[in-house]
Amino acid sequence: MSDTAYSNDRPKALPQGGEGGAADFFELLKPRVMSLVIFTALVGIALAPGGIHPVIGFTALLCIAVGAGASGALNMWYDADIDAKMARTASRPIPSGRVAPQEAAVFGSVLSVFSVMTMGVLVNWVAAALLAFTIFFYVAIYTMWLKRRTPQNIVIGGAAGAFPPMIGWAAVTGSVSLESLVLFLIIFMWTPPHFWALALFRSGDYEKVGVPMMPVVSGERETRRQIMLYSLVLVPVTLLPGLMGFAGVLYTGATALLGLGFLGFAFRVWRAEAGSRQDKAAKNLFAYSILYLFLVFSLLLVERLLGL
Amino acid sequence: MQDDDNERHKIEAPVWTEEQIRKRRQRNLAIAWTLAAFILLFFVVTIVKLGGNVANRPM
Repeated sequence: MSDTAYSNDRPKALPQGGEGGAADFFELLKPRVMSLVIFTALVGIALAPGGIHPVIGFTALLCIAVGAGASGALNMWYDADIDAKMARTASRPIPSGRVAPQEAAVFGSVLSVFSVMTMGVLVNWVAAALLAFTIFFYVAIYTMWLKRRTPQNIVIGGAAGAFPPMIGWAAVTGSVSLESLVLFLIIFMWTPPHFWALALFRSGDYEKVGVPMMPVVSGERETRRQIMLYSLVLVPVTLLPGLMGFAGVLYTGATALLGLGFLGFAFRVWRAEAGSRQDKAAKNLFAYSILYLFLVFSLLLVERLLGL
Repeated sequence: MQDDDNERHKIEAPVWTEEQIRKRRQRNLAIAWTLAAFILLFFVVTIVKLGGNVANRPM
């Protein structure tokens, strides 16, 4: 009777996992997202008053980068089912079979714990707590809870991407301040128009897998209107550093011009009719939004480095 | 009969291909280098945090 349990009919035992190389695991860390995280965190470190020893600053950046990468790996583990069905994500390490889901889960969890503990021991525990909260927010609140339930997923989930400059600031000062909150707000308000522009020309993908992105649930017209509204809030928010005195004339002037450009691209999306013109306008806004955020934070950094 | 029983109870060992062994070695090396860098980081930060205080401590 019990012999059947040991029958040779069972499939040949191939190792679960063990197929991925180091590069596949590196890809789990979402290196492109990580680069923006590192950059915005660096700006937070550079702007914070008081200064920090370069080695400690580097350690803080490393912890933020690894923590962001770890949450990316956990996101890919949880979303492997829908990633497999979307053209943009089908070639990721898990859906393509190069990394087993449990390998990604362990990899992400170990890196999360190491990044937070290292930040706490070597930098400070306020920054470590913020980093832990960011990982929790991205994995549990955004990926597991909101992403598949509400069209407001990326509005609230966007907070996770907005924390890095705040963590950088906390690494230097050991606290959270109004200035670091403004840096947070800039990315927080930037995220919806950025992702909804992507969703407009990728809505078919999201619809197929049942992720309730704004264009799928509320329609493209409403999405275009929301993009315009968020852009109208974003641009004044980017001017706050100048008004609050921690950015100078160069930043304020250049950011105002860049903001006009952003509003121009958002306006074209808003006024576009559904179809290829809308897709083109959305693609332009998406591309510009990445450049825009990079330039806004670069200006803050350059001003600080030049002592303006 | 005994042999037959043994045959049925045998658990097959996983068979690793050359490619899998190569990938495993690559992963092991990556882990080794990461651990070495991690140890070095703790050492350097400790030295930075101690600064000149080692020399200044009361004897």
